Amino acid sequence: MDYIPNTDEQFTAMLQTIGAGSFEDLLADIPPELRCRSFDLPAGLSEYEVLGLFESLAGPNRSLREVTSFLGFGAYQHLIPTVVDALASRGEWLTPYTPYQAEASQGTLQMIYEFQTLICELMQMEVANASMYDGASSFAEAAVLALRTRPATGGAGGRNRLLISEAVHPHYRQAASTYLSGFPCAIQQIPQTNGVTDLEALAAALKEDVAAVLMQQPNVFGCLEPMEQAGELAHRAGALFVANAYPISLGVLKPPGAYGADVAVGEGRCLGSPLAYGGPGLGVFAATQALLRRMPGRLAGCTVDQAGRRGFTLTLQTREQHIRREKATSNICTNAGLLCLRATLFLSLLGPQGLKELAGMSLQNAHALFERLRQLPFVQPVFDQPFFNEFVVRYTDGRTAEAVNTRLLKAGFFGGLPLAPWYPELGEAALWCVTETIGQEQMNRVMETLERV
Amino acid sequence: MALKPEPLIFERSVPGRRAYRLPAPTAAGETLLPEEHRRQDAPPLPEVAELDVVRHFTRLSQLNFSVDTQFYPLGSCTMKYNPKLNERIASWSRFAQMHPMQPAPTVQGFLRLLDELEQALCRITGMAAFTLQPAAGAQGELTGLKIIRAHHRLKRKPRSTILIPDSAHGTNPASAALSGFRVVELTSGANGRLDLEELRAKLSDDVAAVMLTNPNTLGLFERDIAAIAQLVHSRGALVYMDGANMNALLGIVRPGDMGVDLLQLNLHKTFSTPHGGGGPGAGPVGVTKALEDFLPVPRVRKAGTRFRWEERSTRSIGRVHGFYGNTGVLVRAYVYIRTLGREGLQRVSRAALINANYLKARLSKTFPVPFDQHCLHEFVASLKPLKASGVTAWDVAKRLLDYGFYAPTVYFPLVVDEAFMIEPTETESKETLDAFADALLRIADEARTRPELVTHAPQQMPVARLDEVKAAREPDLRWTPAGAPDPHPLVTAP
Amino acid sequence: MEIPQALRYTKSHEWAKQDGGEIVVGITAHAQEELRDVVYVELPPVGKAVTQGEPAAVVESVKAAFDIYAPVSGTVTKVNEAIPKSPQLVNQDCYGQGWFFVLKPGQPAEWNALMTADAYATLIQTHSSGSGT
Repeated sequence: MDYIPNTDEQFTAMLQTIGAGSFEDLLADIPPELRCRSFDLPAGLSEYEVLGLFESLAGPNRSLREVTSFLGFGAYQHLIPTVVDALASRGEWLTPYTPYQAEASQGTLQMIYEFQTLICELMQMEVANASMYDGASSFAEAAVLALRTRPATGGAGGRNRLLISEAVHPHYRQAASTYLSGFPCAIQQIPQTNGVTDLEALAAALKEDVAAVLMQQPNVFGCLEPMEQAGELAHRAGALFVANAYPISLGVLKPPGAYGADVAVGEGRCLGSPLAYGGPGLGVFAATQALLRRMPGRLAGCTVDQAGRRGFTLTLQTREQHIRREKATSNICTNAGLLCLRATLFLSLLGPQGLKELAGMSLQNAHALFERLRQLPFVQPVFDQPFFNEFVVRYTDGRTAEAVNTRLLKAGFFGGLPLAPWYPELGEAALWCVTETIGQEQMNRVMETLERV
Repeated sequence: MALKPEPLIFERSVPGRRAYRLPAPTAAGETLLPEEHRRQDAPPLPEVAELDVVRHFTRLSQLNFSVDTQFYPLGSCTMKYNPKLNERIASWSRFAQMHPMQPAPTVQGFLRLLDELEQALCRITGMAAFTLQPAAGAQGELTGLKIIRAHHRLKRKPRSTILIPDSAHGTNPASAALSGFRVVELTSGANGRLDLEELRAKLSDDVAAVMLTNPNTLGLFERDIAAIAQLVHSRGALVYMDGANMNALLGIVRPGDMGVDLLQLNLHKTFSTPHGGGGPGAGPVGVTKALEDFLPVPRVRKAGTRFRWEERSTRSIGRVHGFYGNTGVLVRAYVYIRTLGREGLQRVSRAALINANYLKARLSKTFPVPFDQHCLHEFVASLKPLKASGVTAWDVAKRLLDYGFYAPTVYFPLVVDEAFMIEPTETESKETLDAFADALLRIADEARTRPELVTHAPQQMPVARLDEVKAAREPDLRWTPAGAPDPHPLVTAP
Repeated sequence: MEIPQALRYTKSHEWAKQDGGEIVVGITAHAQEELRDVVYVELPPVGKAVTQGEPAAVVESVKAAFDIYAPVSGTVTKVNEAIPKSPQLVNQDCYGQGWFFVLKPGQPAEWNALMTADAYATLIQTHSSGSGT
């Protein structure tokens, strides 16, 4: 199947109109020696055959419908109301592109305006953009913004140092370091103590060459960071404060705007989009009004049409690559439109009370499991900190995190994520996550399994 | 299309109204948090019923033009049909409901799919290896530029300049700048292509790479590509190809055979994954064997019949995205590749080229096409002749909306005056192309006889032309909760 | 097109006016017409040292952004706080209320290299009869 409607007869007639004797005439510019010799792919298939082929590819996978998962680490399983899938699968949402022609894209533009509003409310920030690729790239772009906003003032070299907490998700730190590899700047990691960023180390590192302090709330261990104090330290040193926040947690947790974040980023996939093995994500990006002109990404604005009616359009585009080219605030051309829509649907369906309840369930479930896990003789809490829906435990008595998970998998569970690849100093530590998708029954069963490990 | 404007979702809000019931809602949770971490006021999200949400977003969707509803000839964006089969398969729980950190033995099918997709892209492009991690074309460019930087650094000869033709997409220079390079522009030659002499003059030992688009944004094949690559390589620089226009080349020519060192593909263009009103897309990057070690981590590896992720590699540029990129989008692209197969993909470019040339033939007498000759998958017409009647390309774009067609890319590339960049793609029928050509020719007539029809277009859309000056001077980027006066009272259409 | 005789000009369409020992800078009528509706102006911080021919400010329309170059080298002593708030002033009164910033010149000799009104008039005439911007 190739989805090409024209028949061979039509193509022949069209070639005549073109004035070409054959299709080959259209390729006159392509040197014959470059023409494709081999194009070694399997033959095309019918729809029925494709379904069979992909059923066989899907076969060995085990989905979250079949296994009870306690995995988090920046990718959280949350409820997705049916309406989200039903509406987001409409072709009018799925198949347009960036709303260049505003009059023919009012649906997308108004939705983005609503999304920007919802993100501002959730984050308690003044402005939000139409989204970035994912949380990690949002975080990296926030670092870029900080370096470009806090240029050479003060010290001889200007502000060219970024302080990133070690308790920020490792993928986010890696993405930032890749994005910044061409910049004349230094990234300094601030260590964690007892699961949270070491404020003394932070204060000591905050010299006049620091452009920004970047932290995460809750951090990669699930612990709640002293964001207010960290933000104050950053501001006192003239640096920007960047917070990576988990949008769902903001149903109960203090939002970035309330602790002085200049830029708030986050992974918005948890707002109504499936995990899909990690991508696509929804890069949430919000900031203070003062940073509006430095923001990357698309922005939808409200204005009026020639008849005075309300309408929406892309605006402040002079920040962007299609106008500023090498002087643009970012190279991003698009946004995560479809996930933006899903987040807008999700937040509209949940409402303020629903979001609070959903976050509250996650919080309560995680604390309930934590209390039960720590009763096990071979389980120790690693940190003594308040947390939201993730926490770290260590296995003792010679049990490895991998071995515990192997046993759990046999019983139908994805146990807590072993942290050794990123934090070997924590020993046999595992990061457990419990959301509202986990019921009492599943918690009972996982405890029964663990008791027999 | 719904013509009535739709209120904002916030304007439909009624305190206390609910749309979704949770399994076991609890209010007790909050006390588990120390006071200092608690949110004081709930965010003022809308309070609506499920039907409110369904109607609101259904009506909003009806205010959009889309490929599913209209011809969408947006140049260089390859707005082809997005098969429903892709969506169906990607929504299966064994693709959609998968956690990125679940153990390798439970994702063998997914890993196989990703490995097979990499192989397929290698065969289609003639490159040696691919990373599927970049989330979009622009992020692919960024990845490619970081690889270029790493390559020169390893040779202990850091270079700081990237040469980019003036006809290039804005993301090219922006990506180069974001990678810490200095951009030097190459002036297009008189035939709309890269000029070898210009290139020779600007090549220096500081040039890290030349970034070119082939076919270029005028829809023309860079026929000197082999000589260009040779020249660039002779000075120790690399050739980066923006593969946004790959829809022209499937089964006709492979970038790897032209001397290209690395390129990005836009799966949401050539490989039919939906554009989603702006994204998500995917921008895999392919490289030659010599550059493979620099690809981002993690990479899928096969050992015997088992697959796993390799997280570390000493020369890798690192990550550009969380986890493994837009895996959900990658499933769709692979469904497309297997559906079309070898012959199907070859027919794609063949049909895309004939469709573009046919449309050009029908229009070029009225709208001159600079550098006129056979084009590949798209062409750029100039609407300059209408200027005499006071009609601009922007006006014609708006008038096309009244005729039920989305507008082509306007005022790009910058090297053509009053540019109209048209890419019909292979999934449009001759009847649709004829209807579009008829509409454009009629608009040309209108421009001469009743120019106000064109300059005041659109008339048939939910809104007339918008005040972009106001939008930029007084940015209103979010709705403000009740109490604040609404600066834009809603006017219902008659 | 208004090109006041008393001012000096640059090829990049800035005007400069001597005022006491200082120099006031703005953009010409030709420049603001080409730009059409100015929607945003970014001014340099007071105290910033600028070099002749280097970007000192930015002016934007809906679909374009241009650097404003310092006509002479010096230090910024004053900026027009009114124009970022009301960018339309640049369109309405580019030689008056739409001024950009004031410089304390570092190298007085640079003034003499600036174009006279007549030279500038010739420049934009050739410019507009050419291929356009």
